[in-house]
Amino acid sequence: MKVLVPIKRVPDPYAKVKPLADGSGLDLSGIKFDINPFDEIAVEEAVRMKERDASVSIVAVSIGGAETEEQLRKALAMGADEAILIETTDALDPRAIAAELAALVNDLQPDVVLMGKQATDEDNNQVGQRLAAKLGWPQATFASKVSPAEGNVTVERETDDGGETLLLKTPCLITTDLRLNEPRYIALPGIIKARSKPLSKRERATSLEPQVKTLNLEAPPARAGGRKVGSVDELVDALKEMGVIA
Amino acid sequence: MSHLLLIAFDGADAIQGARFAQALDLPFDIIQLTGEAVTDLGARRVLTFGLPSLPPADFLAHALKDLVNESTHIAAVSAMRSKDVLPRLAGLLDAPMVTDVLKIVSKDTFVRPMLAGSVLATVQVSGSPILMTVRPAGFPEAVRSGSSEVVHTKPQFAGTTRRVSASAKQGGRPDLSQAGVVVSGGRPLKDADTFERLIGGLADHLGGAAGATRAAVDSGIASNELQVGQTGKVVAPNLYLACGISGSTQHMAGIKDSKVIVAINTDGDAPIFEIADLGLVMDLYEAIPQLMEKMPKA
Ligand SMILES: Cc1cc2nc3c(=O)[nH]c(=O)nc-3n(C[C@H](O)[C@H](O)[C@H](O)COP(=O)(O)OP(=O)(O)OC[C@H]3O[C@@H](n4cnc5c(N)ncnc54)[C@H](O)[C@@H]3O)c2cc1C
Ligand SMILES: Nc1ncnc2c1ncn2[C@@H]1O[C@H](COP(=O)(O)O)[C@@H](O)[C@H]1O
Repeated sequence: MKVLVPIKRVPDPYAKVKPLADGSGLDLSGIKFDINPFDEIAVEEAVRMKERDASVSIVAVSIGGAETEEQLRKALAMGADEAILIETTDALDPRAIAAELAALVNDLQPDVVLMGKQATDEDNNQVGQRLAAKLGWPQATFASKVSPAEGNVTVERETDDGGETLLLKTPCLITTDLRLNEPRYIALPGIIKARSKPLSKRERATSLEPQVKTLNLEAPPARAGGRKVGSVDELVDALKEMGVIA
Repeated sequence: MSHLLLIAFDGADAIQGARFAQALDLPFDIIQLTGEAVTDLGARRVLTFGLPSLPPADFLAHALKDLVNESTHIAAVSAMRSKDVLPRLAGLLDAPMVTDVLKIVSKDTFVRPMLAGSVLATVQVSGSPILMTVRPAGFPEAVRSGSSEVVHTKPQFAGTTRRVSASAKQGGRPDLSQAGVVVSGGRPLKDADTFERLIGGLADHLGGAAGATRAAVDSGIASNELQVGQTGKVVAPNLYLACGISGSTQHMAGIKDSKVIVAINTDGDAPIFEIADLGLVMDLYEAIPQLMEKMPKA
């Protein structure tokens, strides 16, 4: 079984990223980058599938600049077999990313595409569902448990008010939620081994221009700082004064 | 002619979505997938599917695709169910989509959050139709008047996904994303019983919903669907009570639209106090029982 894992390079989710003063972009000076946390979970899940079933092969792919090699190496160190960098500096929106990934899927013919539900830089939460639509594949978003079998995958997924279990015939697409697993710590042998694993580069296969363009970035208005109260009584009085409680 | 199609999963969702629809100020129709049609929101027509429950995303997106032909805008209230289906519909239509619209600048330009709400992006969209998930809290409550024509529609479903089972949340608390009061707890709630007794207890006392941080959910203290934040639910209550919550960027992304935020935390320097309207430096194990005594019961 072949599993394709698309990953995105994003700013460290714990870093405080601010817009540039003129609103033209983000101030990324001194910010570290990492694999999008949801994609790291997808890589981890694929590796666990491989550990249970040796016939699983894992291809990690990313669309981005040359520096994205760093994140693909990390995916290889975690246990992916092969990595592909679709190298570009073009501005892309989820529609263009999905088109690019669809072209790659048609070329590689994976059984499962396993990817993050959202990239924590732009928080779009679109690419997986778009890709599944383009391919005409069934999808299970927000997966919290993935159980592959012969010709199908059972996915437990999170919903607004609980959860559900879906049965998808392969080929299919799955997006990960945080609770699917906890990615492993990468030990030194993995990092060394990753250096000799294949990482190939390709050019874009499609030429869609973005239809969603960013005009301006700004910091959200700060909430007017409040005040501290000294006791529960004071708190209850303040809430009454503000008209929040009767 | 510009025209909006509002996709509503049920009646309550239609009422929330109508805030955006009325603010966009275009003629609009509603497709209401389940429940009794809500006809006083100013829509020209309400197409009802009359479904007993929602089918999987592939079925739903396929059925919706045939009904959107004259729309220039297609919107649904941000939620996991809309985020499952709308991007798939956008993929089928090969159309642009904007996630989590907070503000309308013009008919093709919108403001949305990025990076867990720490940045607001103004985006301009070319191409049509424009699909959107929208956050209703930033728009005025919908005016209720008039009477839309109701059209019972038989959706043409096609798909292959099979739902094996579904579990809905227990208990009669209001829906997190619609509740007027939300009481949330974080890591220091020791276990599920303690969470239920203190956070659940105070929520019930105030007639509100219970919420949790990812740390609380991850450690099994609270169930998944209670997670509030960047990757959980976005809430906009009149009162948000954060108990034992540090105030990570990811958690704050889900609570910024609350009218009044109260934080109870033993650490006076916790970041949550920077955005809380009222802060109380106190052990939650002392504060919550006192609150249950002193706050009026709903
Ligand atoms: C990609 C990504 C997405 C994420 N999405 C979310 C999300 O959607 N929602 C979310 O919440 N988190 C999310 N997180 C996690 C987030 O970064 C924080 O780790 C999490 O919010 C912390 O939860 P907490 O405040 O309960 O715990 P902590 O940060 O550990 O804070 C506990 C607080 O309780 C206080 N405290 C301790 N004992 C007491 C007591 N007895 N009484 C009162 N106060 C006490 C402490 O002073 C401390 O401030 C995400 C992280 C990542 C990387
Ligand atoms: N540039 C990219 N290269 C590869 N995969 C991507 C890229 N952008 C997004 N993805 C994938 O799409 C998922 C959802 O991203 P998004 O819809 O942008 O929030 C991510 O978790 C990745 O798996």
